[in-house]
Amino acid sequence: MEKKTLYTIIVHSENLAGILNQVTAVFTRRQLNIESLNVSASSIKGVHKYTITCWTTRDIIEKVVKQIEKKMDVIQAHYFTDKEIFQREVAMYKVSMPEFQSNPEASKVVRRYSAHIVEVNPVFAIVELTGMSDDITSLYQELKALNCVLQFVRSGRIAVSTSCFERVNEYLAHREERYNNEKNGE
Amino acid sequence: MEKEKITGAEALMRSLEHEGVKTIFGYPGGAIMPVFDALYDHRDSLNHILVRHEQGAAHAAQGFARVSGQVGVCLVTSGPGATNTITGIADAMIDSTPIVVIAGQVGAGLLGTDAFQEVDLVGVTQPISKWSYQIRRAEDVAWAVSRAFYIARSGRPGPVVLDFAKNAQQELTAYEPMHVDFIRSYDPDPETDPKAVAEAVALINEAKKPLVLVGQGVELGNAQAELRAFVEKADIPCGCTLLGLSALPTAHPLNKGMLGMHGNLGPNVKTNECDVLIAVGMRFDDRVTGKLETYAKQAKIIHLDIDPSEIGKNVAVDVAVLGDCKRTLALLTELIQRQQHTDWISSFKTYEEKEYEEVIKKEVYPADGPLNMGEVVRAVSEATGNEAILVTDVGQNQMMACRYFKYTKERSVVTSGGMGTMGFGLPAAIGATFGRPERTVCVFMGDGGLQMTMQELGTVMEQQAPVKIILLNNNYLGNVRQWQAMFFNRRYSFTPMMNPDYMQIAAAYGIKSRRVIERKELGEAVREMLETEGPFLLEACVVEEGNVLPMTPPGCSVNYMLMEC
Repeated sequence: MEKKTLYTIIVHSENLAGILNQVTAVFTRRQLNIESLNVSASSIKGVHKYTITCWTTRDIIEKVVKQIEKKMDVIQAHYFTDKEIFQREVAMYKVSMPEFQSNPEASKVVRRYSAHIVEVNPVFAIVELTGMSDDITSLYQELKALNCVLQFVRSGRIAVSTSCFERVNEYLAHREERYNNEKNGE
Repeated sequence: MEKEKITGAEALMRSLEHEGVKTIFGYPGGAIMPVFDALYDHRDSLNHILVRHEQGAAHAAQGFARVSGQVGVCLVTSGPGATNTITGIADAMIDSTPIVVIAGQVGAGLLGTDAFQEVDLVGVTQPISKWSYQIRRAEDVAWAVSRAFYIARSGRPGPVVLDFAKNAQQELTAYEPMHVDFIRSYDPDPETDPKAVAEAVALINEAKKPLVLVGQGVELGNAQAELRAFVEKADIPCGCTLLGLSALPTAHPLNKGMLGMHGNLGPNVKTNECDVLIAVGMRFDDRVTGKLETYAKQAKIIHLDIDPSEIGKNVAVDVAVLGDCKRTLALLTELIQRQQHTDWISSFKTYEEKEYEEVIKKEVYPADGPLNMGEVVRAVSEATGNEAILVTDVGQNQMMACRYFKYTKERSVVTSGGMGTMGFGLPAAIGATFGRPERTVCVFMGDGGLQMTMQELGTVMEQQAPVKIILLNNNYLGNVRQWQAMFFNRRYSFTPMMNPDYMQIAAAYGIKSRRVIERKELGEAVREMLETEGPFLLEACVVEEGNVLPMTPPGCSVNYMLMEC
């Protein structure tokens, strides 16, 4: 059995209703759990970018990516290992103010992770951390051990590849050039 | 002057005419009534065939598309009308058949409210269609229809669903015909990598024992002539998939028969002996490959396909040649050397003789006993000069028909391959008679499959569609019975089937019919069927416990075939 790796899949699609459903359906069909998912506008107007993480094998992820790319309104889909991307997650930790203040360890922990305190009031404070997935988890565990966490939320991963350009730009330019050439060649 | 405004329904009619549509299979209902009202004024140019159930409309559109190469169209209402087409849409998806299903939908203001006959058709059909779109405004009709037809017919063809909200059918719009021929997110004919072509050419030139697997992609790409030129220049024997059977004439010396579970012995055994396997427009279905772990492990595999997601999906390939096979086959033919593989080709003979002696002779030329399925198929095929279009249902009738029918013309096989949809045969055959009205259409069915869509005999009656129906009646759900006999200790759990009197059923629909029990009557009965103008039902009472052989049992290697069971 091939070892499972955490892959990051980056998908670009037209910004139309229903595409997320089609993308996730490819995972569902193969009984793959999506670890995290982030969807937002991309740098190209009218194009949405999906960043999906999933534990699976290289063989499966290759097929999954091709099947996502086959969807009519998906422009491109690529998969990456952690070495091939820069990646971040954002987390927010809502901590109880009385507990947080009474324990001197608490603010040390926050400083150690270079986390920010973005809101303070007599009832609670909000700590924000942007970082790698493992750091976010371990900060949560440390704060939890101090018994002060009221709420915790983390985003899905966002990532950029280590190559210079967004490949989708080149792809779209190439598609249009090929179409125009074929049209003029007729 | 301001442009004339027309309703969305009228815009649909003009868009369909603009796409060259002449035939529609459909069934009216509440949420599609404005469209049917518009159709009333276009009934001279758009021939609407009223089916008896919407599943029939979808399969008829498939049959029409498969034989004609044009897009099949079906028009149904919302809710149950739309969901009744689902089987046909899924079937068209897996068998790459270009159809456009236009369904009514409740008005946009009612969407999401569980309105009467509302169903989330786009949501339901997204995983089983090539594209699925809801038209909510009349002004989108021309664009959506043009895009739908472009998507359905281009690249690897497939089904497209248009969910047409009632308000958009009624609202007014200034119609302007559209011509979509580019979608930036969709590449219908991927670029071919010259390096891959060079590698393929080198492998083919060096091959001593090459084998070509011919898939439906050859028919879909209209590359039958390019395939012939390629295999003739390289002198490569071929095995055909179920859907690729008529891409190369049966009698062509390089056609070594059908691949797969019930295919011919030669090409299956040779799959595991060849040194280079060249798969053209086929998808290595499990019914073709058998056990993947032992499939063609000795061979270098070259895969020609238009769909990048098929490359490496089931079988790892050494060289992938992407693109339309009409183009890539021609390219390869130009670059390869002329070859001769006489010894390799003649090595198929041993297996052909073995299969003839142990299976075919008994099935097609029995001396006594009840009629066999295979002998009925062969009698019909030969009586048509092997020139008819073969439509089948699913099960033993399908395997027997595909094994023993012979093909001289392209696009002559219409069968439900990937989905294996029982009930496909009769409506698909009706569609085929409209797709190629000048050709004879013979449909083989079992007693199970006929009864699944038997209501379409009403469509046959009304249209006088010249369908030659051959019912291979064995009073069993034969294929499942055969598996029960082979793998479930002959426990015939709900496979024996009580049948109606099909002669009376045919008579009720005014369809001429004949029942054959005796062998000596068979030839005469087939002649009567073919000489009768219009539809005909020929019921052949065949051996009850007949088996389709040879067979690669499920999970076994492709070269292991049982000759008896």
